[in-house]
Amino acid sequence: MGFKNIPMSTVKPSENKQALFNAKIRAEIDKWIAKYPPEWRQSAVMGALMIVQREHGGSLTPELMDNVAAYLDMAPIAVYEVGSFYSMYEHKPVGRHKICVCTNVSCMINGADQIVEYLEQKLNARLGGTSADGKYTLKEVECLGACGGAPMFQIGEKYYENLTPELIDSILDGLEE
Amino acid sequence: MANEVCFRNMDQDRPWLLEQYRARGGYEMLSRILKEKMPPEKIIDEVKASGLRGRGGAGFPTGLKWSFINRNAPGHKYVVCNSDEGEPGTFKDRDILRYNPHQLIEGMVIAGYAIGATCGYNYIRGEFWEPYERFEAALEEARSAGFLGNDLFGSGFDFQLHSHLGAGAYICGEETALLESIEGKKGQPRYKPPFPAHFGLYGCPTIINNTESLASIPVILEKGGAWFKGLGVENSGGSKLFSISGNIKNPGVFEIPLGTPFSELLEMAGGMKEGSRIKAVIPGGSSAPILPGDVMMDLTMDYDAIAKAGSMLGSGAVIVLDDSNCMVKVLERMSYFYHEESCGQCTPCREGTGWLYRVVNRIETGRGRPEDLDLLDDMTVKIAGRTICALGDAAAMPVQGMLKHFRDEFEYHIEHKRCLVG
Repeated sequence: MGFKNIPMSTVKPSENKQALFNAKIRAEIDKWIAKYPPEWRQSAVMGALMIVQREHGGSLTPELMDNVAAYLDMAPIAVYEVGSFYSMYEHKPVGRHKICVCTNVSCMINGADQIVEYLEQKLNARLGGTSADGKYTLKEVECLGACGGAPMFQIGEKYYENLTPELIDSILDGLEE
Repeated sequence: MANEVCFRNMDQDRPWLLEQYRARGGYEMLSRILKEKMPPEKIIDEVKASGLRGRGGAGFPTGLKWSFINRNAPGHKYVVCNSDEGEPGTFKDRDILRYNPHQLIEGMVIAGYAIGATCGYNYIRGEFWEPYERFEAALEEARSAGFLGNDLFGSGFDFQLHSHLGAGAYICGEETALLESIEGKKGQPRYKPPFPAHFGLYGCPTIINNTESLASIPVILEKGGAWFKGLGVENSGGSKLFSISGNIKNPGVFEIPLGTPFSELLEMAGGMKEGSRIKAVIPGGSSAPILPGDVMMDLTMDYDAIAKAGSMLGSGAVIVLDDSNCMVKVLERMSYFYHEESCGQCTPCREGTGWLYRVVNRIETGRGRPEDLDLLDDMTVKIAGRTICALGDAAAMPVQGMLKHFRDEFEYHIEHKRCLVG
């Protein structure tokens, strides 16, 4: 059988990788690269996009993805494909805190609709939108695997479960400006 | 007879720490295997004897899967763990990563030894940042203690283990999509054959198992395949984690022997919420066809019993719905999910999941037509079995289950343009 499996890298390796990102970002991406076989630098693309997005205000731009491509010796199109396929990558500016609300079945039957409604009123933003002060982005997400604590949402890296309007108030009050 | 395998450390204080794991004999099985140079065939035979079936949802016998690998084939081989827990209703692997990461690590190293692999990856869904950090900390502990790395226990056997983070895609729980994702690509499933055992990660022979399956391995080998098998019932060996959620008092994850009556599981979870009555149960994650509550109350939680009733045990994700729920609305939400998560590769799934959602949506919003139920029936037949992976089937099965058991609610919705309940 003629199966082949080679990296999609088609570009000439970029010479000046130092210029693409600052030292902190490079060190973090390099940790991901080291996990995979040397010829599979592109395996680090998901980790790299995550780091670059986090360090640039929570969203990606074509220029940032081009730099990731150059850093990993990938074709830019291959990075765009990954960047647009996975739901955690953002391509529009987001607020300082991204609130990802699960509305799937277990959350829905435990009041996720009311949680969304409460957040939309409190933040004066619709699902998919950002509050006027740029502090919050509200996003509907699929099951986050915490159905035992329904209804729930994720802000940044943290899960918050068994949500009520009072609890939401205190969670949002506790976030950085 | 609960908490015998993956949750056997749940009574410990901070059970995720290496010292706690070792206090209960952790890594002793690995040490024995490597010091005695136990024949890999013996390990695989023991796993086969345990009756362990893939805990991610498909239920394929784990030992048999391992035996497909040709240990003597030249080149690298890989062990991959699927912690991309995303099937709606499932939240058990998150607890293994958070509370028992070392048992998973030990299981993966043993799996590596059994198939002749020297490297493994644990694919953790991107949203699971806290479990990922817990697992990373455990990896560091294991490396420092000499349970990961080169020449383990002076045996000459090397094993490196890393975690890979996803970034939000249900489809990456499909094994070949997961491999594509580790390779730095979109998570689109591959044609099978070739199966991962022959052509897996980076084109090398690969076994890919669910978190719970791999975390069960050290206990199975320590206590014996026959012991594990004896915990369960015919065709469903062992105990299993059930994540139970919905309109119940104490949702959570419970490890119970396979074959336990559903009514007992429901009781462990505190029963229904005050004043609510059971209407229906999704027994194995949202892809599993829904069953009426009274049917479930007479069933046991094992592969055969649930299959005989027309559904599947899947990942052991049990969603309990009370009689305040409109089944049209529930199905609308599930169909939206599959539409949202279809990878777009195969036409029947890409287009069909959108059709399913739009037709259920128009019934829910009072625009349903009398012919819509036949249309839904017809569409499910034209999606299921006609796609590269099982996502198409997973989208079709809930629709079929709903129309089989709750057709009257859909008809009422179409005729009266409102819910039968509420």
